[in-house]
Amino acid sequence: MTYEIVVLTNMAIAVLFALSLNVITGFCGQVSLGHAAFLGIGAYTSAMLSKAGVPMVITFIPAMGTAALIGLIVGVASLRVRHDFLAITTMGVVFLFTGIVRKQELLGGEIGIAGIPAPDFGRIGLLVTSLLCVLAYLLFTIWIRRSWTGFAFDSISEDEDTATLLGINVPKFKLFAFIVGTSGAGLAGALYAHQVRFIGPDSFGFVESISVLAMVIVGGIGSIWGVILSAAFLSALPQFFQVIDDYKLLVYGLLLFGAMRFAPDGIDGLLRKVSRWRAVK
Amino acid sequence: MLFVDLCIQGVIQGAIYALIALGLTLVYGLLRILHVAHAALFTLGGYIGVLVTNGSGSFLLALMTAMLVVGVVGMSSYTIIYKPLLNRTPLIALIASIGIFIASEELFRIFFGAYGLSYVSPPLQVQIEILPGISLSQARVLVVILAVGLLSGVGWLAINTRMGIAARATVVDPQIAASSGVNVEIIRYGSFFIGSAFAGAAGVMVSLLNNLVEPTMGSVPSYKALAIIVLGGLGSVRGALIASLALGIIESFGTIYVGHLLDRDSIAFAFLIMVLMVRPQGLLARG
Repeated sequence: MTYEIVVLTNMAIAVLFALSLNVITGFCGQVSLGHAAFLGIGAYTSAMLSKAGVPMVITFIPAMGTAALIGLIVGVASLRVRHDFLAITTMGVVFLFTGIVRKQELLGGEIGIAGIPAPDFGRIGLLVTSLLCVLAYLLFTIWIRRSWTGFAFDSISEDEDTATLLGINVPKFKLFAFIVGTSGAGLAGALYAHQVRFIGPDSFGFVESISVLAMVIVGGIGSIWGVILSAAFLSALPQFFQVIDDYKLLVYGLLLFGAMRFAPDGIDGLLRKVSRWRAVK
Repeated sequence: MLFVDLCIQGVIQGAIYALIALGLTLVYGLLRILHVAHAALFTLGGYIGVLVTNGSGSFLLALMTAMLVVGVVGMSSYTIIYKPLLNRTPLIALIASIGIFIASEELFRIFFGAYGLSYVSPPLQVQIEILPGISLSQARVLVVILAVGLLSGVGWLAINTRMGIAARATVVDPQIAASSGVNVEIIRYGSFFIGSAFAGAAGVMVSLLNNLVEPTMGSVPSYKALAIIVLGGLGSVRGALIASLALGIIESFGTIYVGHLLDRDSIAFAFLIMVLMVRPQGLLARG
């Protein structure tokens, strides 16, 4: 039973993490190749506080807060750059994060932080907490999607200049997307730290940033349900196929390539195609 | 003395970056795509260099083979990865490219083993005194000579041949170039060949300097080469070359003076972010 609970908790955390990037990249159209840095900021904040004796659930608030604060700073910086320049700048953020963490004795340096206390309410409790967090964040993003903010995000992601002409305050909405997205990643990081109970700089690198971007794109950029499906599927893939463990990255890489080559609109696009085909029939 | 040493180290590193970044910036100029899989070609070059040198005993033959084979593989990467995705947003091609890059690291591991390969008897290890009191191995000198030679060769082609003029016209406006009779596809294949061959040469030289090739040797240079072409102003060849040299020198000084705060890789990106905040279009924007 323990094994299934661990797998399900990992899936829930991956879904939360992917949903948080979906706000920035999917809704608002700002590509981020460095989202794992915010997972890391949340995880480190939560882990340090938890080791100092603060109850786990309370550490969620500062974890989200610090991630959102750094997210706001990155957001302000990213207002100056667009498109591919933005992608590479955010990639720089994740390298800066791991680079700084590696050199800080306070944050455990290369070795990382071990012995993060287990939550009081056990593994099932952590799973339930994770699911509740996913649910809360999911409802929040659905609400954003349907509100006027979601409409503004759409217009920015379609065409920034036209959005400006229409009188939409583009910087304000971009910063809002960054704050919502990075605080979600911070929350996922706090959960992650208590799930694995050991964190190091290698857990939050460029590869993790790419994995989460892959979840969003394979799901279908901007589609909430597609992203949930693909995040659950891609995060569970290596755990259910232990046989292919040696070739895990090979399969993963080819899957990414295949998805882009043959179904560039992701799961969402495939589902739409199927429903249209059935309607025609 | 330390100052001169660091400068020389920086120039050598910068020469390697320049060889890798040229291909990326050519591809970006033509297709507006960040070609991450380029780094896999760099690694492939390293493997071919070690295997051919160990097999035949001739380093020159190895370098030639690596450039030729990697150039051809690079051309096929255009056919397989990018050509079908040209009408999509660049993000799709970027993710496809990253997928191929991740898969290729695994392929190298499966074919050649996880621990890497070394030269049986590394060639070009004789020390030459280039300045009074400073000597370098022949291999290090060759890196710089090779980079300067190859890059100025391409520069000459771009300015003085019909092909070069056609290539530059295609970068500025593919449609107008095509309607003026330029075969855009040939330009693209040619650019992929040259850019990939240079990355292959860089791979061989790095494998010689470290006397080691391993499956993951491409990852760090690939991220940094992306940073370099962004720093130079995307698509600007001259900007990419200046940025390569600047980054090589900044890294070699940075590791000494701020190495206790940041590791080598994050110095490059800290520099990148600082420059982009002042000049969001890169050092030399495309005119």
